[in-house]
Amino acid sequence: MDIVVCLKQTFDTEAKIVLDSSGKIDSTGVNLVMNPYDEFAVEEALKLREKFGGQVTLVSMGGERVTESLRTALAMGCDEAILIQDPALESPDEWVTAEVLAKAVSQIPYDIILAGRIAVDDGSGQVAIRLADALKIPSVNCILKLETADGKAEVTREIDGGTELIEVSLPAVLTTQKGLNIPRYPSMMGIMKAKKKEIKRLTLADLGMSAADLPRKMSIMKFNLPSPRKGGMKISGEAADAAKELARILREEAKVI
Amino acid sequence: MAKGIWIIIEQSQAEIRNVSLELLSQGRILADKTGDPLVAVILGRNITELAGKVAAYGADKVILVDDEKLTDYTTGAYTSVLNKLIRKEEPQAVLLGNTAVGKDLAPRLAQRLGVGMASDCTGMEFDEESFLTFRRPIYGGKAFAQVVANARPVLATIRPNTFPIALPNALHQAEVINEMAEIDSEDLRAVVKEIALAASQRPELIEANVIISGGRGMKGPENYCILESCADMIGAAVGASRAAVDAGWIEQKFQVGQTGKTVSPTLYIACGISGAIQHLAGMGTSKVIVAINKDPEANIFNLADYGIVGDLFEILPLLTEEFKKLG
Repeated sequence: MDIVVCLKQTFDTEAKIVLDSSGKIDSTGVNLVMNPYDEFAVEEALKLREKFGGQVTLVSMGGERVTESLRTALAMGCDEAILIQDPALESPDEWVTAEVLAKAVSQIPYDIILAGRIAVDDGSGQVAIRLADALKIPSVNCILKLETADGKAEVTREIDGGTELIEVSLPAVLTTQKGLNIPRYPSMMGIMKAKKKEIKRLTLADLGMSAADLPRKMSIMKFNLPSPRKGGMKISGEAADAAKELARILREEAKVI
Repeated sequence: MAKGIWIIIEQSQAEIRNVSLELLSQGRILADKTGDPLVAVILGRNITELAGKVAAYGADKVILVDDEKLTDYTTGAYTSVLNKLIRKEEPQAVLLGNTAVGKDLAPRLAQRLGVGMASDCTGMEFDEESFLTFRRPIYGGKAFAQVVANARPVLATIRPNTFPIALPNALHQAEVINEMAEIDSEDLRAVVKEIALAASQRPELIEANVIISGGRGMKGPENYCILESCADMIGAAVGASRAAVDAGWIEQKFQVGQTGKTVSPTLYIACGISGAIQHLAGMGTSKVIVAINKDPEANIFNLADYGIVGDLFEILPLLTEEFKKLG
């Protein structure tokens, strides 16, 4: 079974966000990590390979530093990595990213495409599902459990207030949610091996595409930071009095209960 | 050319979800600014009765697609139907709730249409050229981006609890149109075998008006009943921090934060939660925040509107009693 994992590098979730002098998100000095939800995708891909054999290919898009996350995933055990790098892809929107990934993925054999259900940076949660549509294959979002047999997958996915069991024909795109598995740590041997592996680089031209084919559908007008919340009132006194006072405030002053 | 603002209504068992009512209410305000008709689109089975209800919340026109194949939501069938309707009617904006359905359907539909989409928005307004612009949290709410589409239609999902629900007006009438479900066979490759809904009577976390969350300070799974009693007294949902989930005390679906649910309730009560930046990202847009924590230095107090420094095991039962007295 051949598996493609779409991987994104994101800011560490600990990162404090600041804007630079041009009003853009400043990445200077920020620790970059593999998108936490993509770790579940990598782990699930490796589990599938252990069971059925085949290849796990990573596909990512972005700058040179993305190689760090790709090496981490290779060290976890993935077989190959492709990095799409092009000056025209400086700030792609979700449609552009999906179109480019679709072109790249269509040149690799795949039975299942896995990706995190959302990236913790832009929080869009669009690209993997768009990719499925661009490839004209089904997608199941937010999966918690996966069983495959006979060219089909039985997938449990999270819905509001519960779960849903879905049978889907393969190939398909599945997006991974926390709870699916516990991602492994790279082994020392894996890290050594990953260092030697080649990361294949592709430009838009390599994919037979040009910037003119890829006009953004969405524009970002500006970024801003939330006005910081301030700590309010501390209610002191004996526990019983404090609880009584809090209930009174919430009812009478804040009017929220 | 004003061709309409469309709201994709989410319903189950003849009930319309609150987020859809929010979107109708806010959609009405937007439609009045541009003269666009406000159109409610309902897909499902036995949904005719819902037309009157969406009309009361401001829809000028209701499109019903009533078909057995649409009984349960599936990505493919819903995309297939909506893609055709949108291409035919050319609305300028299509709005959905940022729910499990909206998060799954909107990106697929946007790609099928070849258009842009704004995810999980917490604000929308028209610019000078009558293009809808959206405010959306990024980096888990640590920053915001103001985005606009370069062409119409634009799709967007809106975070629940963003807009107030208007009072319904039973006299407001809408034109009701029934459309056939045209579903391409290649959109029927995923089948829902089973739906398992939690038995809980508590409100859905992402839509709840009040949430009481417990963190590391809960000390163990057995103590969540204290939190639950308090939640049930005021009809609140129960949440958790990552620490409590990772400790295995409570299921992952209750996790609030950057790698969990993003919530925006009227009242968020954080119990035994220190206030890590990732947790704050998931609940920072709550209208009122209350913190109960033993540690007076806990970061959560830096943003809580009201705080009690003390033992949650002592305070929560007392608070439950006080809520009971208030009735």
